Amino acid sequence: MSAAKKGKLANYWAASCGGCEIAVLGINEKILDVAEAFDIVLWPVAVDAKVHSIEKMADKSIDLCLFNGAIRTSEQEYMARLLRRKSKVMVAFGSCAHEGCIPALANVSNREEIFQTAYHDTPSTDNPNGVRPQTETEVEEGKLYLPLFYDTVKTLDQTVEVDYYLPGCPPEPERIWDAIVAILEGKLPAPGSVIGATTTVCDDCPRTREEKKIKEFKRTWEIIPDPDICLLEQGLVCCGIATRAGCGALCPTVGSPCIGCYGPNEGVEDFGARMMTALASVIDSDDPEEIERIIQEGIPDPIGTFYRFSLAASQLRRKTLEGLDPSGASA
Amino acid sequence: MVDERFEPKIVAFLCNWCSYRAADLAGTARIKYEPNVRMIRVMCSGRVDPTFVLKAFALGADGVMIAGCHPGECHYLEQNYKAMRRFNMLKHTLKAMGVEEGRIRLQWASAAEGVQLASAINEMVDQVRELGPLNWAQNWHEDGEVEAAIQRIEEEHAEVMEVPA
Repeated sequence: MSAAKKGKLANYWAASCGGCEIAVLGINEKILDVAEAFDIVLWPVAVDAKVHSIEKMADKSIDLCLFNGAIRTSEQEYMARLLRRKSKVMVAFGSCAHEGCIPALANVSNREEIFQTAYHDTPSTDNPNGVRPQTETEVEEGKLYLPLFYDTVKTLDQTVEVDYYLPGCPPEPERIWDAIVAILEGKLPAPGSVIGATTTVCDDCPRTREEKKIKEFKRTWEIIPDPDICLLEQGLVCCGIATRAGCGALCPTVGSPCIGCYGPNEGVEDFGARMMTALASVIDSDDPEEIERIIQEGIPDPIGTFYRFSLAASQLRRKTLEGLDPSGASA
Repeated sequence: MVDERFEPKIVAFLCNWCSYRAADLAGTARIKYEPNVRMIRVMCSGRVDPTFVLKAFALGADGVMIAGCHPGECHYLEQNYKAMRRFNMLKHTLKAMGVEEGRIRLQWASAAEGVQLASAINEMVDQVRELGPLNWAQNWHEDGEVEAAIQRIEEEHAEVMEVPA
């Protein structure tokens, strides 16, 4: 990596937990190589840069933007649009930007219900005047604004055009480094692709697979799984079958079923649909009533089980707004 | 103006060996059924990936029917049992998403059952008409509020950026 011409790198976070930022630092001393190859123009967690300085830059003057986090407020959408305009390559970094992740589970609810819970109903809330954030507030000096909070959390590519995706909650440091090297060397796959493996977590899982025939799905606290046999064969809902490899099968290796944080494997358009297909195939019954019972009892929370990381990116994107307290907000 | 009756859009996946032939038979026998159904022939009801059904709803279908050979009569031995289990999974998930149960139907129809298929279609069309339009994409419809909010941020930032003369 020559220092002759340094590129420009921006990292940004929207609706996310901060884990992706830590994951970037997880590449350890290689961060120095990154600093050698790039001037870091924006990285809220690590660098003191201002939005105004980004706004002043010429369009497409940032070489690479790693954008993590889903989009749930107008401020985040503004930043996504700004960074898209200023960046040559936009990477949806991590599960939130890629497919909504945990923040997008809010899509079973809406703004009104979320505000009601957060500002009124939780036992620890002390809000005697019933104050709620307003997008507009009149004060003596004029109007004050807060960003608009959306009813529906969006992925980054539902907001702006995305060039590449780096999956994972968070992406593993080795995969991040692989991606940075690929970007620096210009050895990138076709635009729009996921930078990563095209196999599933099962391919990396050391457990023995024989025959999957299940009479009953079990919750993790109900059994102590056998250390060598496939977890799904033991009745645990393991999402490894639908999930892209990249983590090294960390969870199933230590006896905890895969929850799908690395997102859908290549060719899977809807993570939940793939899980439904796979689980339907292993249920050992041809009797409609028994099947119904196995599913009802074994999967009490289908959205949390099948769409824990991908609700915003799923075909249906959210639970219907109908029947929820309307708040008037959209998007 | 005359009251316009809601005409639901139903997508139906019919298996090549039984149900599609049942639909053919209904045609040659001149059995009338509601024209609201858009039929898609698949080789087997077991070919129907839940993605197809979810996509149909997301793209504007008001109801989806999956039709295949009777249990025990699948051309591919037991794939219709898989379809049955998948259907149950799908129903369970759709319910959680707030899609009414009447909008999805699994129908067994052998190649000889043109009449039965036609009446199942009529029944489903009536049922979905009763439920009304699904309009799924309306759930994330953009009414301009977001654009206005972003515009506000842009204006605010532009104001700060102005260099006083």
